[in-house]
Amino acid sequence: MQFGIFSVGDVTTDPTTGKTPTEHERIQAILAIASKAEEVGLDVFATGEHHNPPFVPSSPTTMLGFLAAQTNRILLSTSTTLITTNDPVKIAEDFAMLQHISGGRVDLMMGRGNTGPVYPWFGKDIRDGISLAIENYALLHRLWREDFVDWEGKFRTPLQGFQSTPRPLDGIAPFVWHGSIRSPQIAEQAAYYGDGFFHNNIFWPQEHTAQMINLYRERYEHYGHGPAAHAIVGVGGQVFMRKNSQAAKDEFRPYFNNAPVYGHGPSMEEFTAQTPLTVGSPQEVIDRYAAQQELYGDYQRQLFLMDHAGLPLKTVLEQLDLLGEEVVPVLRREFAAKRAPGVPDAPTHASMLARTGAVSQAIAPQNDPTYDTGFGVTGIAPGAATLDSLDVEAGR
Amino acid sequence: MSARRIAVISAGLSEPSSTRQLADALARASAAELARGGEHAAIEVIELRHIAPDILNGLLTGTHAEPLVHALRVVEEADAVIAVTPIFSTSYSGLFKMFVDLIDRDALTGVPVILGATAGTPRHSLAIDYAMRPLFSYLHADVVPTGVFAATADWGGQGTDAEGLPGRIARAAGELAGRLTGTAPRTRAPRPEAAPTASAAPAAAPLGGASSRAFDGGFVPLGDLLPH
Repeated sequence: MQFGIFSVGDVTTDPTTGKTPTEHERIQAILAIASKAEEVGLDVFATGEHHNPPFVPSSPTTMLGFLAAQTNRILLSTSTTLITTNDPVKIAEDFAMLQHISGGRVDLMMGRGNTGPVYPWFGKDIRDGISLAIENYALLHRLWREDFVDWEGKFRTPLQGFQSTPRPLDGIAPFVWHGSIRSPQIAEQAAYYGDGFFHNNIFWPQEHTAQMINLYRERYEHYGHGPAAHAIVGVGGQVFMRKNSQAAKDEFRPYFNNAPVYGHGPSMEEFTAQTPLTVGSPQEVIDRYAAQQELYGDYQRQLFLMDHAGLPLKTVLEQLDLLGEEVVPVLRREFAAKRAPGVPDAPTHASMLARTGAVSQAIAPQNDPTYDTGFGVTGIAPGAATLDSLDVEAGR
Repeated sequence: MSARRIAVISAGLSEPSSTRQLADALARASAAELARGGEHAAIEVIELRHIAPDILNGLLTGTHAEPLVHALRVVEEADAVIAVTPIFSTSYSGLFKMFVDLIDRDALTGVPVILGATAGTPRHSLAIDYAMRPLFSYLHADVVPTGVFAATADWGGQGTDAEGLPGRIARAAGELAGRLTGTAPRTRAPRPEAAPTASAAPAAAPLGGASSRAFDGGFVPLGDLLPH
């Protein structure tokens, strides 16, 4: 079971002080938060991708590349990577590069983006959202698995014998999650490929989330990837804690009341009743989130939204201390104790490499001929391309 | 035959309100007309005032409190709808429109609807036809020809002659009952986004029972969408 945090990356005025961080301060704060996540023992840091203020993280692999250097253990991920408006060729290259830089500590979550005006900024149309997600991912999936790709689709120029570079680390594509809140088609897509499915449930009742997850599980089994109970599921969460429950409520309320998206709407009590937001003591958070296993089945990834709505950096770092020291260790034990035998963990680079029986070149570079394509390209899949079959294209 | 489910949407602000009074009158008259044809009516009134904060929160944040989920389900599963709003500043009230905005776009397709409106002055009487009717045309509802407008003066009006309020209520109710009589009770239509192929059938099962707004269509088996 992986526990982590995901950041939206909003620049929001602190309603209690009236102070607004600069973009630079906010970006530096996100970096500090990500490093802190590793320090307190979390498994995953994921950044959003946005192209409109007040959000700052428009360039995820730049940020994650820096964090790869600053950290040693934490898995770097996205929440989400826009499969609709990014060129799949660039996604293939950026994240393969990040794999090499981070030693395989990377996976990513596909999302469509729900901000209509963003699409035309990248030459697309939101009405094509689902179609773009289907077609672009089909191409991305091939670019990481086939060395030379011929491609023709509806949304981008054709490719002839194109090879994205660098090749995925050890010839293993990064693990992919597909994030969707209310589109069964995306749950279907995740199931088809045997990829992970992430439901960002932070604005939704648990019954809705359970229905989407169950659809994904059922289709995962339908496509022969394994039993429904073994499908790879992640969900979101949102908490604010203090040792004293009432202190947590008093401190968080002004942030809640003024938060982008849900502020000026339902009361904090209504919102906590209807969504997974939990404001209270660490024990209250443990009780609420441990119970999610009964609703969603055994799942593999739990991400928390911790740094938004203008919360100052100092407060967020205190929250991460509570999360890492008091909540996650207990949740790990409780989830593990209830977990059915045979339920897999979310795939990581290390686990996928172990399954191939190969040795990572990242750890032990070697002159293994099975990795040699004849082009001096490293990291290609063993046996994926041989000198003989490439003679013609290579013009030798 | 099972009872015909009639959802009554009342957007009155006070309690009691003349809007609710008109809504109840239309519901009673419709039930009476159905009874004349040997059919029962099951009437459920949605008093928007009671769920106004939930409607606002639903629009602002997408959260759906249980009373709102229930109200939307009543509308989406109804055989017929009676929709009544006060007229403010020449149009339906904001509360009325906010609720309509939360109804699934396909939920009222082909569903018989009576439109009713109340106002302090008869000079607003055309609001049913220039404001409410286009809204329900957009939703592909089957709106009956007689819209029932009740100004304050109408409530003290005369008898049951065709020109008076009771006469207009009876005529609209007759039109609604006429559309329901002899038709089968409504069953939930398959979502139009789902592929009309047999292989898409599994999609319906796991999503059944929820407010359809919670899901952005069904799905097509991915193999059918990928190039071969």
